[in-house]
Amino acid sequence: MANTSVAEKFRSMEYGAAPEDPHNSLVWLDRFGRRFGHFIGGKWRAPAQGRYFATADPSTGEKIAEVAAGSAADVNAAVKAARAALPHWQALTPHARARFLYALARQVQKHSRRLAVLETLDNGKPIRESRDIDIPLVARHFYYHAGWAQLLEREFPDYRPRGVVGQIIPWNFPLLMVAWKIAPALAAGNTVVLKPAEFTPLTALAFAELCSEVGLPPGVVNIVTGDGKTGAALVVHPDVDKIAFTGSTEVGRAIRRATADSHKKLSLELGGKSPFVVFEDADLDSAVEGLVDGIWLNQGQVCCAGSRLLMQESIAVPLTKKLQVRMAALRVGAPLDKTTDIGAIVARVQLERIEGLVAQGVAEGASCWQPDVPLPARGLFYRPTLLTNVHPTSVVARTEIFGPVLAAMTFRTPAEAVELANNTAYGLAASVWSESVNVALQVAAQIKAGVVWVNSTNMFDAACGFGGYRESGFGREGGREGMREYLEPVWLLKAPPLRARAARSRRRTQAADAARVIDRTVKLYIGGKQVRPDSGYSLECRSSTGALLGETPLGNRKDIRNAVEAARRAQQWGSATTHQRAQVLYYAAENLTQRGQDVTARLAAVVGRKQAAEEVRLGVERLFAYAAWADKYEGVVHSPPFRSISVAMNEAIGTAGVICPPEAPLLGFLSLVLPLVTAGNCVVAVPSESYPLIAGDLYQLFDTSDVPGGVINLVTGRPGELLQVLAEHDDVDAIWCYGEEKLCAVAKRLSAGNLKQVWTNEGRRINFFSAREGEGRWYLDHAFQVKNIWVPYGE
Amino acid sequence: MTPPTPQRLELREQMAELPLVAPTGQREPVMQLQGRALGVNTGVPLNLDWIDGVRINTSAVERRAATLLARRTVKKDWQVAWLLRAITCMDLTTLAGDDSDERVRRLCAKAMQPVSGSVKALLGIDELPVKVAAVCVYHLFVETARRALRGTPIRVAAVSAGFPAGLNALTERLAEIRHSVEAGADEIDVVITRAHVFAGEWQRLYDEVAAFKEACGKAHCKVILGSGDLATLRNVARASLVAMMAGADFIKTSTGKEAVNATLPVGLVMARAIREYCERTGMAVGFKPAGGFRSARQSLDWLALMKEELGQGWLEPRLFRIGASSMLGDIERQLEFHGSGRYSASYHHPLA
Repeated sequence: MANTSVAEKFRSMEYGAAPEDPHNSLVWLDRFGRRFGHFIGGKWRAPAQGRYFATADPSTGEKIAEVAAGSAADVNAAVKAARAALPHWQALTPHARARFLYALARQVQKHSRRLAVLETLDNGKPIRESRDIDIPLVARHFYYHAGWAQLLEREFPDYRPRGVVGQIIPWNFPLLMVAWKIAPALAAGNTVVLKPAEFTPLTALAFAELCSEVGLPPGVVNIVTGDGKTGAALVVHPDVDKIAFTGSTEVGRAIRRATADSHKKLSLELGGKSPFVVFEDADLDSAVEGLVDGIWLNQGQVCCAGSRLLMQESIAVPLTKKLQVRMAALRVGAPLDKTTDIGAIVARVQLERIEGLVAQGVAEGASCWQPDVPLPARGLFYRPTLLTNVHPTSVVARTEIFGPVLAAMTFRTPAEAVELANNTAYGLAASVWSESVNVALQVAAQIKAGVVWVNSTNMFDAACGFGGYRESGFGREGGREGMREYLEPVWLLKAPPLRARAARSRRRTQAADAARVIDRTVKLYIGGKQVRPDSGYSLECRSSTGALLGETPLGNRKDIRNAVEAARRAQQWGSATTHQRAQVLYYAAENLTQRGQDVTARLAAVVGRKQAAEEVRLGVERLFAYAAWADKYEGVVHSPPFRSISVAMNEAIGTAGVICPPEAPLLGFLSLVLPLVTAGNCVVAVPSESYPLIAGDLYQLFDTSDVPGGVINLVTGRPGELLQVLAEHDDVDAIWCYGEEKLCAVAKRLSAGNLKQVWTNEGRRINFFSAREGEGRWYLDHAFQVKNIWVPYGE
Repeated sequence: MTPPTPQRLELREQMAELPLVAPTGQREPVMQLQGRALGVNTGVPLNLDWIDGVRINTSAVERRAATLLARRTVKKDWQVAWLLRAITCMDLTTLAGDDSDERVRRLCAKAMQPVSGSVKALLGIDELPVKVAAVCVYHLFVETARRALRGTPIRVAAVSAGFPAGLNALTERLAEIRHSVEAGADEIDVVITRAHVFAGEWQRLYDEVAAFKEACGKAHCKVILGSGDLATLRNVARASLVAMMAGADFIKTSTGKEAVNATLPVGLVMARAIREYCERTGMAVGFKPAGGFRSARQSLDWLALMKEELGQGWLEPRLFRIGASSMLGDIERQLEFHGSGRYSASYHHPLA
């Protein structure tokens, strides 16, 4: 019998259908009656309010299952279960916890295909991706963190887990985000309440079952499903010690504000508009494939997607043509088909957002090009899209589209490439293509992003930290720095609250007061110059006995503005060599030693002779310590399972605002400002409210020690007012606020605008007189941000 | 919100803007690339700037080669069709020191009937013209093969010119090519002097290939780069371009005698070089991977590589060959399995 089917295909040479069979995943769903409760305390629980919502296959619109709509009561039950599980979980040996993490890695591998198919059904991503990228990375993440669990006590000897962790994850990599969140939390000894995304809850629930299968103690992992309201209930729950969130920058801001009044530690992995920079000496064909992996992975619904193509002018035309030819070969279609490159958009609202932004881009003058590839008749699909004639002013060049849309622009020189790459509120990732190691590494070092892929894109590994600069959030996932997000120094947990300062008595002796004022004229110190305050007012500074010690300028918002501008102009400090920075610090130590007696005598009036002497002595030591650290707090060369040099580089954050603590006017100042300056940051510091006159001693010290103007700026005044200006200033990248609890809350709340990194004492009293508490890696960890640069190699 | 009206790609228009490098000689269209008609390759003057501009990122090429296969697969009837197509693109080869006339005649018999009647019947494809593209032998056996294949469309290819080292004097190598053509070879597989690549002596390489081409006359000139010897993908890319500029009809990966033969990254780099050459000159060049192929799966991989990087035109024997011997046996076993539903044993299939 003639087989016309084969004959026809022999001539056409099409790929044909190659569907993955979803049968086993559907059977699994049926086993639950296609209806899921929350996973709380090791048991499936019906939602307190009895409400469920549907989750659908975006490629067909068909409902797959119903999941529980989580209420505040459900969240409360889950947090209670997590809290109850904590003592037992923490009492286990690190090895015992490591075995659980290892078992989870194994269990993920054993059921890898079912999980992959389930992911594709729920999310719409191509089965190739869930099978070859998502699920293997999930297993890898648990393996890697089984290792940290095992080594915890030796590698983090002075740290303790934070406690109960609330985690909220997005819909683009549902199970991978479960792994990124849960693995480090458990390895560090925390217990978890996780809320998966509303659109894609199923694999998190499948993971809950794996937890049961490996015998994880009940309550260690709890999964509560629901929408944004459920997440909000988790964020504000008083018994949660940390919130880890991956999602949009807008929600990240809301979480920052909602947690400001608590001691919850926060890590945010937010949006991006990552540059994909192609130089004229790049392998253009490979760069085109990089774009396929960059912007057309997961339908472009990737926070680190290379969505802004920056092409050197000389190769813009051939690169665009190669790209168009390649785009025409992309297959958009059924996610379960093994030959699908681009699957379904997760939900209608997302598809509409993509369409709307592209329409807006076109209205602004962008040219929209899409290949004539067929789309399925139903379901949520969008063609791969190239927007040219785009400029930095275009909405499509600035807004995260989160779809398969590439916005292309050109540049002339490497310097302009960097300028354009950094012309964004985000700083998550970047991709740089050049066959010149000089060009590639120079540009990689200059782009403000947490991950830079050289001649590659979207490479991930559990060993390499992932996370953003700027409004892409803060905190890292993966690597040693990822573990730190779930740990806290032991001593910090024991630190007592800072007491409110008693009002000073104002016993006056007019004659003595007058003499002091003439003795001590202190100014602000901005850009390396002593300047009078904008306000033209001064504040009295009095001793512990109420005697007038002198007057300090009343700094206002304009003084802060000027100081921040001076700090911005001094950013070269960040690229000074560590040796240069160390020399300046050593020299300052030398000069403080010489002035020690004078400084001690003046300080003694406020803190007493003994403490004053101690502050000066330890201050010199602290200067020595950070001069020592300057060239010893080094980056890491990671060992991911790729042929790649993957370097974690420590970089300055930028400009930091520092509110110095009321106690220890000299040593407190040095303990906070020195690590920041050591890391290459420029600082705008508000000296201790209890003795702002110290500013005079400090700027004389810096002036004589070759500290470049603008690296350290001093603005005295009312800390509360100055903090507000600093925290709201969009060109300040970090705030270190050491003060009473209320002040810390203000710092956190007001910093939400540009999501600057905030570090506070949480209203606790830090013993700066102890080197363990007052100096070292704990401070430097916060003073730097880590950039991971991937350089795959081979010839 | 109104979705934008997508602008359709007019490839012909797009590509027409690309510069044409001295299209000399005949322009009889042989194939289409991205909608544009391509002529046979008559070569272009050596362009050293083009060679200098070659940029190959090895690890990126390796990643593409790996994911390309993960992105594409063919199942069921499509797989049967693709396996049959692989057979029609095959240069069934014997290049062993112990080759004999009888051995070559046996190979030719297999070439004419690569899929047994019983398997064809099982698959219902009796009417499909499934024959290998060519038989590839040493010069000594050209006449034997010519006689054995008389009356069939199967071509005879000879590895002439001091195969596999290619280090005889050029005059001797050219003479051998002429002898093979006189003996009835339709195609000559000829290996370049790898030393010219290592030394960057592109003019000498160009002259050598041009001389091969001239000696081939009307026979197709298939230029073997010796990719395993060349060692780096950059070398492979540059040698590919020089060979095409000098007029190669095909570029071929390797002799089959190197420590490493045709790898997918090498194939990817050569395919991209061909694409670039076609786009710039408007002339088509074929591609032939060879050496060390054993499995049916590999034939599907290479076809997918061609389809993805070069398009439908390179799924035809006119522009794509796969040099193999034992691969055919595995393809037959897979075909039988598709027909019968039972896994097949190699001894069920006639020897090549």
